[in-house]
Amino acid sequence: MKCPPFDYHAPRSQAEALALLARHGEEGKILAGGQSLVPTMAFRLARPARLIDINRIAGLDYCRAEGGRLRIGPLARHARFERPVAPGPTGRLLARAAEHIAHAPIRTRGTFCGSLAHADPASEWCCIALALGADLRVLREGGERLVPAAGWFQSVFTTALAPDELLAEASLPLLGPDWRCGFAEFNRRAGDFALAMAVTALRLDAAGHVAEARIALGGVAGTPILAEAAAASLLGASPTPDSLRAAAAIAAEGFEPTEDAQVPADYRRDLVRAMTRRALEGSLAA
Amino acid sequence: MSKMPIRLTVNGVPHEVAVEPRRSLADTLRDECGLTGTHLGCEHGVCGACTVLLEGEPVRACLLFGVQADGRAVRTVEGLAAADGTLDPLQRAFWENHGLQCGFCTPGFLMLATWMLEQPEPVDEARLRHVLSSNLCRCTGYQNILKSVRAAAQALGKWTEVAPVR
Repeated sequence: MKCPPFDYHAPRSQAEALALLARHGEEGKILAGGQSLVPTMAFRLARPARLIDINRIAGLDYCRAEGGRLRIGPLARHARFERPVAPGPTGRLLARAAEHIAHAPIRTRGTFCGSLAHADPASEWCCIALALGADLRVLREGGERLVPAAGWFQSVFTTALAPDELLAEASLPLLGPDWRCGFAEFNRRAGDFALAMAVTALRLDAAGHVAEARIALGGVAGTPILAEAAAASLLGASPTPDSLRAAAAIAAEGFEPTEDAQVPADYRRDLVRAMTRRALEGSLAA
Repeated sequence: MSKMPIRLTVNGVPHEVAVEPRRSLADTLRDECGLTGTHLGCEHGVCGACTVLLEGEPVRACLLFGVQADGRAVRTVEGLAAADGTLDPLQRAFWENHGLQCGFCTPGFLMLATWMLEQPEPVDEARLRHVLSSNLCRCTGYQNILKSVRAAAQALGKWTEVAPVR
């Protein structure tokens, strides 16, 4: 269907966008890539009275390494991440996941920050943001706050972002060479929403023991979730095929899976086990 | 809802039109610019029939509003063939390899593949399938579309059996 009518605003500065949000936030929506918002409007699941298009604001498409973090502006598009945006594990992990995000003509428009604001449970970027501990910088007229990823995702399509706020930047830690990151997802057709995905990050000390471990799961609950017990099971020892399998099995048990007619809970748990194992094994291979 | 005046360039030709903000870029191309080669299938970003190139990049013309193309350059399927109707190498490959049956999805596939073949990197089977997985076709079974684009890539010297690791 065609989208319902709306008033269109194309601010030329972030300040102008924030002023529009302050005035119209409750009935308005930010339009960045639009690759989720516009279909939602076409289905009449959203009928914002106003769209505030930030695409005409110069300088928001940045993605740069700074102070040990990768800083991602609100107009950095998915396609940007298809090749590593920074040397090291973080840039490689993002590139590994990027190819799973929809399709090429969607990745030219959709944005990293837009995905975090939309908070689809099966979003690759949301899962990575939780796994690596992203910080989300949020602006409103006359105010600013930093929200850690752990406090961002509230439920399906619902985040800590208030109606008058703009997600102005996401930053991820630039992990050092002692980190091993893995990614795996399962879907039935290329580009579909994942039925399950796993993002893993292990820091190995000089002896090859796991000193820190993070495992996040996506597409399996209302928000991305951390598999903390699974990650903790790997600490303090060298990873072995058996310990990775055991961690994957723990990950598959520690959550309440989304269920639907095509994906019963048992199947989803099985996919989580397989994806977690693949991500862990892949991260340590070669 | 009042219309907004915009200027856009389509296949090198400037257009000055007025559109309601809710009208998609595809609506704008079809109804305001009179270029009906861009087809609308699902109108929610899934089928890819409306794929056009915006500033050289493939986009779903149903997921962009026409007003967002103000001041921008768009390429559509009408821009592929020469003025005298001579097909470009990709179109000829579709013709020769039965890359279409009903033809509804063809403009989207042509624009998507045009972009892929204009990229500096060579195309191998994996990339061909990865990129073309974006679009739906309900009658060819895809094999002849893949065959057509493969043939065009070979004719243009863009084909490689195995692409170097990126």
